[in-house]
Amino acid sequence: MTETELQQADSILGQFNDRRANLIAILQDIQERFYYLPQEVLARVARKLRIPLTDVYQVATFYRCFSLVPRGRHQVQVCMGTACHVRGAPRVLDRILTDLRLAEPGTTRDRQFTVLTVRCVGCCGLAPVVRVDNHTHPHLTQAKVRGVLNRYRLKPAAEAASEETGDRDATAQVG
Amino acid sequence: MPRLKSVEELETFRAGLLAARDARRPCLTVCAGSGCTAAGAHDVLDGLRKELARHGLEKTIDVKSTGCHGFCERGPLMIVWPEGTFYNQVTASDAKTIVDSVSNGHVPVEKLLYRDPVTGQRVVREEEVPFYARQQRVLFGNNGRIDPKNIEDYLNVGGYRALGHALTTMEPGQIVDAVTRSGLRGRGGAGFPTGVKWRVCRTNPAPRYLICNGDEGDPGAFMDRSLLEGNPHSVVEGMIIGAFALEVQEAYVYVRAEYPLACEHLRAAIDQAEEYGLLGDDILGTGMKLHIHVVKGAGAFVCGEETALIASIEGRVGEPAPRPPYPAQKGLWGRPTIINNVKTWASVPVIINRGPEWYANIGTEKSKGTMVFSLVGKINNTGLVEVPMGITLREMIYDIGGGIPGGKELKAIQIGGPSGGCIPASLIDLPIDYERLTEAGSMMGSGGMVVMDENTCMVDVARYFMEFLEDESCGQCFPCRKGTQRMRQILTRICAGNGVEEDLPLLEDLGWLMKQASLCALGQTAANPVLTTLRYFRDEYLAHIRERCCPAKVCRELIFYEIEPTLCDGCHACVHVCAGQGILGEKGKVHTIDRAKCTRCGACLEVCQPKAVRVGTGELVCQN
Amino acid sequence: MPKLTINGIEVLVEKGATVLEAARFLGLSIPTLCHDDGLAPASACRLCVVEARRGAEGRSKLLAACSLPAEEGMVVHTNSARVQRARQLLIELYVATCPSSKRIQDLASAYGMHECRYEAEHENCIQCGLCVRMCEQQMMAGAIGFAGRGKDRHVSRPFDMTSERCRQCGACLYICPVCELRCAGPAAESTLCNGCLNFAPVCFQSYDDAMCFLDPCHACELSGPLRPDVKIKTRARATVLLGENQ
Repeated sequence: MTETELQQADSILGQFNDRRANLIAILQDIQERFYYLPQEVLARVARKLRIPLTDVYQVATFYRCFSLVPRGRHQVQVCMGTACHVRGAPRVLDRILTDLRLAEPGTTRDRQFTVLTVRCVGCCGLAPVVRVDNHTHPHLTQAKVRGVLNRYRLKPAAEAASEETGDRDATAQVG
Repeated sequence: MPRLKSVEELETFRAGLLAARDARRPCLTVCAGSGCTAAGAHDVLDGLRKELARHGLEKTIDVKSTGCHGFCERGPLMIVWPEGTFYNQVTASDAKTIVDSVSNGHVPVEKLLYRDPVTGQRVVREEEVPFYARQQRVLFGNNGRIDPKNIEDYLNVGGYRALGHALTTMEPGQIVDAVTRSGLRGRGGAGFPTGVKWRVCRTNPAPRYLICNGDEGDPGAFMDRSLLEGNPHSVVEGMIIGAFALEVQEAYVYVRAEYPLACEHLRAAIDQAEEYGLLGDDILGTGMKLHIHVVKGAGAFVCGEETALIASIEGRVGEPAPRPPYPAQKGLWGRPTIINNVKTWASVPVIINRGPEWYANIGTEKSKGTMVFSLVGKINNTGLVEVPMGITLREMIYDIGGGIPGGKELKAIQIGGPSGGCIPASLIDLPIDYERLTEAGSMMGSGGMVVMDENTCMVDVARYFMEFLEDESCGQCFPCRKGTQRMRQILTRICAGNGVEEDLPLLEDLGWLMKQASLCALGQTAANPVLTTLRYFRDEYLAHIRERCCPAKVCRELIFYEIEPTLCDGCHACVHVCAGQGILGEKGKVHTIDRAKCTRCGACLEVCQPKAVRVGTGELVCQN
Repeated sequence: MPKLTINGIEVLVEKGATVLEAARFLGLSIPTLCHDDGLAPASACRLCVVEARRGAEGRSKLLAACSLPAEEGMVVHTNSARVQRARQLLIELYVATCPSSKRIQDLASAYGMHECRYEAEHENCIQCGLCVRMCEQQMMAGAIGFAGRGKDRHVSRPFDMTSERCRQCGACLYICPVCELRCAGPAAESTLCNGCLNFAPVCFQSYDDAMCFLDPCHACELSGPLRPDVKIKTRARATVLLGENQ
């Protein structure tokens, strides 16, 4: 992590007092800011709340919202709720994974997309549903998958530009 | 806005609001619940506002976004007040027509009216729509009338009157008594009598805590979301009354992470309530103190279990604790704690306003009041349905739900989420209440109702639920962690055509073990989907095992796709979507599927217009 | 002081006592795997379930005796048909999960289990949590803990690195009910049970047939393998030290 990033992490921590009950809220803010939970930050959280790192690690690995490795620029949440399942969600998921060349839900190599399954975003009347970032896409079929993903794909030139600015830690693993 | 310092001030303020309202002033309310939003409600709202601005009508006609109206299948939904005209499937391009019709004496726009599929007639008002006609929307009725971000809308429909009444004319013990006499049972799933829980809690010393369980994790259930998004004040008011009855000063609402809008609206409602003196250090000048904190979940279904939820609020992993002791004795930070579901809290002001006897008059002998179901799946009218307890499944599916799409046969209804079970079509005349559902092997749960037709494979459904539960099990106790895993493995094997008959009694034994010996309700009910499908659909399991056939034609290893040559017109659409690049044929000529390459993804079936693609089962299919 | 009935016998216990303590006071034997008198109960293994009715309530349930507070008027049965069936099914599943564990095999013979209908897995950890609780509550270190959830739940060190809190006391290895010498089967004389291995860690580097679920053991990490024939294999997340037999 860079010095600036560490400062940002510290300022997030500074907004909370040192009660154990704040642990999850702190991690949520860190996850939102950095798209994952960096190891150095977790060590600081443990020190701030005066609890062993094992406790922080246990919480960080228990809840699905958190990731120890960086997530992609776009979060593709495929709803696998019962209504969506009955209306064909598993096949939509397979099609998305095939299109993004993923063997299972995770982050693409270029870290543009993270595919996650989620159970029930509560739009069951529009099943099957896929949520990309904050936008909910209703009535997905396999045929529509490519079109939806293309809306978020970077054009090759823009992709090269973002590689240069290096807005991700290049040494972190792809989850 | 000065804080209201007494109940009298509240009522005076309310009277002032009502008087200032021009009941004849047109108001266009657009449902902006998550479902309608996904369908484009905000474009409709923008369109209406632009149109009104164009004609300079912003001061004469109001536009309001409201909470979920429930009929998600037909969204975006709109109601034009004061006439109460109900429009469905509204798009932004309809804005002009709507504004024109309202500003010119309001003749309803014909094409936006709901059309009854049976009679073919257009229906004007919401109550006339069959989906709504048989509902009794005690909790959800106000969703279509109020802007959830505006407390004054809630005051306009009588909000916080129950609170005022409770604080000034009732003792805490009387409130507990009223809730007990109403027969209200917890709407989160277990259906424990709420009044009894409160009474037990009061026997344990203060300080006590109060929690609203908004971790609606059941896939297919979204009523809590709709209530928190669409009418958060109803929940807040219930909690304040509960806090008064239980002498609580700190309360929490736990909302799951997947519901950001609900969180936002709830926080806004709490802030507003504090601003108006209905929450905080001196509620309506009575000296009562209550602060409500909103805690966001972090992605764990098990946190819907009350002790796991408590652990999560305490900043720990959501691993349930053995009960006894129950939270009413020893809960949050070791103190007596009452946890109730969102709908349970929202029922409290209703009970205080209308009286426990009124509430107890609705429903059946042991299951009082209304229940909110999310009716989803293979059903024509999907959405949220609030009905009195005791209504039959037949009425739900056919009268309210409008039957099964495509004229298919009803096969089963899955009730209660992953903890519940599948009720077969043969039990369609079952009245819905807590006891009857448990007798049938299912469970009321939080009210998720997923309808399944002849193309749903019940073994696949059981496998689906076990996958879910295996994923969501906290993993603490052996029977649940291993039981869900083993069950999922066995069911996957059966779906792949590698099952043996001994698997069935093994599943039953394992199910029995999980039910008896698991630490928490997740494990104890985890086997229900498997046990009910074994009970009612055993022949389907046997077909998978004995004949390696999937009668519903779902399980991929047991089906094959082929093209009926007499129907294929060579349009080539299937070739473009084939996942395995396994369809051969020239444009204009009959196509064929190469079974060796077919991955059984079903995309060709989706796009084939002449319906030439067929699915077969009962033969050995080549693996890829 | 609450008075409860266990197997028809009335017994008066201290306030705060558990049903397990009350039953042991009466000399009744209840099997356990994840229980230790010096540690807070976890109720994870479920072997200690008993059939209990809480006085006022009508129906009895199976509840873990180790964490069940003894209450006035409670009626408990430690060996009813329901309890016996639950134990049988549990032990069957344990054997399928850790077939080479001597402790679990002993349980199986003690409770007359002969047939296992499940496919065998070979897990080295039943997640009883004794090691974690030992490290935290008795050794006051908290160097190891659980991570993950459900089937991915496992005992771990944060980020798979041994923390400075670990004092190499070996208490975790001592207390583990399955981390011990693999059962040698019929050659019972040459198989040691866990009891006589006190403070010397049961590191497989000393014994060919020991299983080690902590990967790697802190001592090995610091000083390197003791035996030249020991290979180190790197998994995706952690380094695993292999014995000859793997």
